[in-house]
Amino acid sequence: MGQLTGPTDPAADAGWGDVKPRKGFFTDTSICIGCKACEVACKEWNRNPRDGDLELLGSSYDNTGALGASTWRHVAFIEQGKDRIEAARESGRALIDLGMPAVPAPSDTDTRPPDTPEFRWLMSSDVCKHCTHAGCLDVCPTGALFRTEFGTVVVQHDVCNGCGTCVAGCPFGVVERRSDGTYATSERQSDRLAHEFVTGVAQKCTLCYDRLVEDEIPACAKTCPTTSIKFGNHDELVERAKERVAELHAQGRTEARLYGANEHDGVGGIGSIFLLLDEPEVYGLPPDPRVCTADLPTMFKRAGLAAAGMFGAAAVAFWRSR
Amino acid sequence: MTTSEFDSLRPPEPTGGKRRRNGKGKGRRAVADGSREMPMVPEAEFSSYYGRPVVKPAPWGHEVAAYLFLGGVAGGSGLLAAGAQLTGRTKLRRNARLSALVAVILSAAALVKDLGRPERFVNMLRTIKLTSPMSLGSWILSSFSAGAGIAAAAEIDRMTGERLPLGPLRPVLRAVEGPAGLEAGLFAPPLAVYTAVLLGDTATPTWNAAHEDLPFVFVSSASLAASGLAMITTPVAEAGPARKLAVLGVLGDLTAMKVMERRMDPVAAEPLHHGDPGRLLRWSERLVIVGGLGALFGGRHRGAAALSGLALMTASALTRFGVFEAGKESARHPRYTIEPQRRRLAARRAAGITDDSITTAG
Repeated sequence: MGQLTGPTDPAADAGWGDVKPRKGFFTDTSICIGCKACEVACKEWNRNPRDGDLELLGSSYDNTGALGASTWRHVAFIEQGKDRIEAARESGRALIDLGMPAVPAPSDTDTRPPDTPEFRWLMSSDVCKHCTHAGCLDVCPTGALFRTEFGTVVVQHDVCNGCGTCVAGCPFGVVERRSDGTYATSERQSDRLAHEFVTGVAQKCTLCYDRLVEDEIPACAKTCPTTSIKFGNHDELVERAKERVAELHAQGRTEARLYGANEHDGVGGIGSIFLLLDEPEVYGLPPDPRVCTADLPTMFKRAGLAAAGMFGAAAVAFWRSR
Repeated sequence: MTTSEFDSLRPPEPTGGKRRRNGKGKGRRAVADGSREMPMVPEAEFSSYYGRPVVKPAPWGHEVAAYLFLGGVAGGSGLLAAGAQLTGRTKLRRNARLSALVAVILSAAALVKDLGRPERFVNMLRTIKLTSPMSLGSWILSSFSAGAGIAAAAEIDRMTGERLPLGPLRPVLRAVEGPAGLEAGLFAPPLAVYTAVLLGDTATPTWNAAHEDLPFVFVSSASLAASGLAMITTPVAEAGPARKLAVLGVLGDLTAMKVMERRMDPVAAEPLHHGDPGRLLRWSERLVIVGGLGALFGGRHRGAAALSGLALMTASALTRFGVFEAGKESARHPRYTIEPQRRRLAARRAAGITDDSITTAG
């Protein structure tokens, strides 16, 4: 049993001898234009089928809805007016004031935010977080979910028996059991195209494991026209994210904040970090996720106590009746 | 905000409580887990992404809720059978062993049926994972089934006048019957309790918030259900221990449920009180009390004992379905995820802990 909480290198913790640098995404939502090319590239590469009926959801330009078994990238669209913009700027400032890295001292230059003050459109491409402590992986009974040498989390669809425990185990609502079918990705796309029907099993973003082993970058990052989705070594991405958020703060855009770049958070940091322009829940992300297995020692203790109590109750019931 | 003449053509804005009576939008994308359903929980004081859920509910059907109940009955019966075996109560032993076998067969069938790929159910046993309650539970269930199966086979052989085609294996069965019954008894409490960890060890808000006390609810519920079944099947002369265990189970169930509800985050506990789950749990409480009183005061009367037993079994089933459905409900609405998380984050910040937030300024 590996480490359940706190900072760690997930691949080394999982027992990989030959650990590669941890890979991940940095999704900078401040430069996302909502083109959904990532959604398309992901679907095409991974051969994921259509998700549900084609319907207009009435949520701005988002007709995808949410991440799911067949949707491994999801672009969120949020339309906000003046009040929300100010609230976001204020909540961001409160975050900065928490004693975390300070905003550069105000200078004489014009630092008024460059965006329109009355209206803004937030767009963010969501994806599996590839957590340091992944709830889905830890609760999987079959070992179908595993930690790769790149520190990412991948489902082996041919091992998964579709028990669905991982679905409930994910604090971000990413993994889902697929109820319709598709063709599996082949590890060697060039040699053969595996036409395999995949259904009834858990599915989620693999961070394009099949591309990583060939030294390719994930399809979504490759296709992103604005480099909003950046792929690379996790540590370097965290550094870049910190630089970028400082840059935005210096422009007076205090609403900018990082999500998942803190290895001391409830999931030990995540592989796919985000730069957000409002509170995480506005984007459908949990504000304080905690991996369920972090409390496993407590749960084992309480369950042991309860089982002992049941045993004791039965002993009392029979003892007195002798 | 109106910025365009085409705004009138847009669908209604799905914000706040205005949608409550507006049934047009709901269920428009009915996907099994409801993740795309439009918001049903209104009057939001918090932000969410179009009222869509943050976490996904487990794709578990009623089979799993039934399993929570049946697994409890199996475990409790295994324990009663072992006790009866040690204290020489042959009828109670026989009935409890048979109950355990039937319950464990139905349990396994319910579990397998609920899998996305039932034909791969043996994959549950391809590894032992300490971090996975489902993995440990599969091993517990298998170990229990082995003992309970052998013990029950011996009973069936006796009942049918040694007509099972065992041949030379009959003496072997007789020899291992006792140890097998005790082995099942040893795995009985773990079988009854692990399902509480299975639910607690998820991101489903109501289950997770109950992770400390749910084990006590579940062992109590298992005890009273199995005792209730024994009170139905077994003559009062031998069912004394079952009645006692039933009363202890009732006391445990009522106490643990109250303690659990009080210690949970108030928002995460809400689904336990509202809607269908709330109704199930209220009826469960009533039946637990009725059954407990019946076992205590009317247990020596065969008819009263059987009725009390039926009340207790029903109560246990209602408890399991109530807790199960409450959890699923909590995963369908963003509020149950977001509000408790925001509160605990704010509490930690107020206490001066500012280094463990997933959101950082840099």
